[in-house]
Amino acid sequence: MDGVHDMGGMDGFGKVEPEPNEPVFHHRWEGRVLAMSRAIGVFRAWTIDTSRYAIEQMAPAFYLSRPYYEKWFVRNQNLLIEKGVIDADEVAAGRALRPAKNLTRGPFSLADIDKVTKRGSFYRPAQGPAKFKVGDRVRTKNIHPHTHTRLPRYARGHLGVVERLHGTHAFPDSVAAGKGDDPQWLYTVRFDAQELWGADAEPGLKVSIEAFEPYLEHV
Amino acid sequence: MAERHHDHEHEEGSTLTEMDLRVRALETILAEKGYIEPAALDRIVELYETKIGPHIGAQVIAKAWCDAAFKQALLDDASKAVATIAQQVGRVGEHLIAVENTPQQHNMIVCTLCSCYPTDVLGLPPTWYKSFAYRSRVVKEPHAVLADFGVTLPADTEIRVWDSTAETRYIVVPMRPAGTEGWSEAQLAKLITRDSMVGTGLAKNPSEVD
Repeated sequence: MDGVHDMGGMDGFGKVEPEPNEPVFHHRWEGRVLAMSRAIGVFRAWTIDTSRYAIEQMAPAFYLSRPYYEKWFVRNQNLLIEKGVIDADEVAAGRALRPAKNLTRGPFSLADIDKVTKRGSFYRPAQGPAKFKVGDRVRTKNIHPHTHTRLPRYARGHLGVVERLHGTHAFPDSVAAGKGDDPQWLYTVRFDAQELWGADAEPGLKVSIEAFEPYLEHV
Repeated sequence: MAERHHDHEHEEGSTLTEMDLRVRALETILAEKGYIEPAALDRIVELYETKIGPHIGAQVIAKAWCDAAFKQALLDDASKAVATIAQQVGRVGEHLIAVENTPQQHNMIVCTLCSCYPTDVLGLPPTWYKSFAYRSRVVKEPHAVLADFGVTLPADTEIRVWDSTAETRYIVVPMRPAGTEGWSEAQLAKLITRDSMVGTGLAKNPSEVD
């Protein structure tokens, strides 16, 4: 979707302001939200793509004005209700009102910690040979789906070069739409800045995205 | 809702914010229903506050600076290379990719769409990495972004920005500073900052550390 989350190339957000000696969490609740997100992830009640899409669908004014972990919290709470893990009246009551339903995995306990501190694999079996090889010139498609996609707006409809091939991965656009893993070849595609930003682009700058095969066409 | 807030405030003082209360309520529901063990959440927070951070990446980079074969293995397949020293650095998962800075090319990492970050080796991302300013600007005007960090590159160094739009995760191998010949990996690791592994900084010079 063409949402405010897709920020590459936008102007007006001001300077980047690094915070010296920044704490990992600024408030206790932020750590709880992060930890709950990780724990919920183990349930497999939804995928990472579903959770990204949920944040993208938040109202633009909310997305732009609320703290990072508040968005995570709202996402978690809404998806937990939507997937039937908890109920809205329980949120209103602030306590459990009925027994848990069976989850695919869970409950999350100390024994599961290792599952959340190391990234899992998104490799999936290839469904066919790769269409492109390293060095190929490609054009990203000019697509504007209303649903989740990982092809950023600034990199649509542009000429680039395939620089790396990463094997086949679960395809976020399909996963977030509830259509399963739909494995696709994944490439690093590199663009000259002039191709993306025009004649005034910073000289020598090159930008790459990770592009799933359905985003690309032969030149 | 308001009544519940009032109750909490009455019981526990008025310093709890609305977010404290809402987050606590959700945690209570999940714990009462048996989905999560609060002690497991405590442990996750503790791990990210004390165990999983940029010191992991710094150990990896220091080893790469000292061991050419390891550096090549790291550039070929970072997940695999780091797994060979995982006993020392902690557990690192799939799809990690290391990119090397050279006098000709300076690498920078971003996620313009959300906040993808090499958490296994750098810990949780700092606020600036997740900021709208960084996410919007670095793919278009990275020199100006570097200036916000007080970094100026030589005129003949070109910038390469890697937008983490899939599940691959990037870490920058910064250039080893001059004057560090013969240093141990532990000494070198002190020069390797988080920002130098994201590309918004350079490794420190020997004069900047004790």
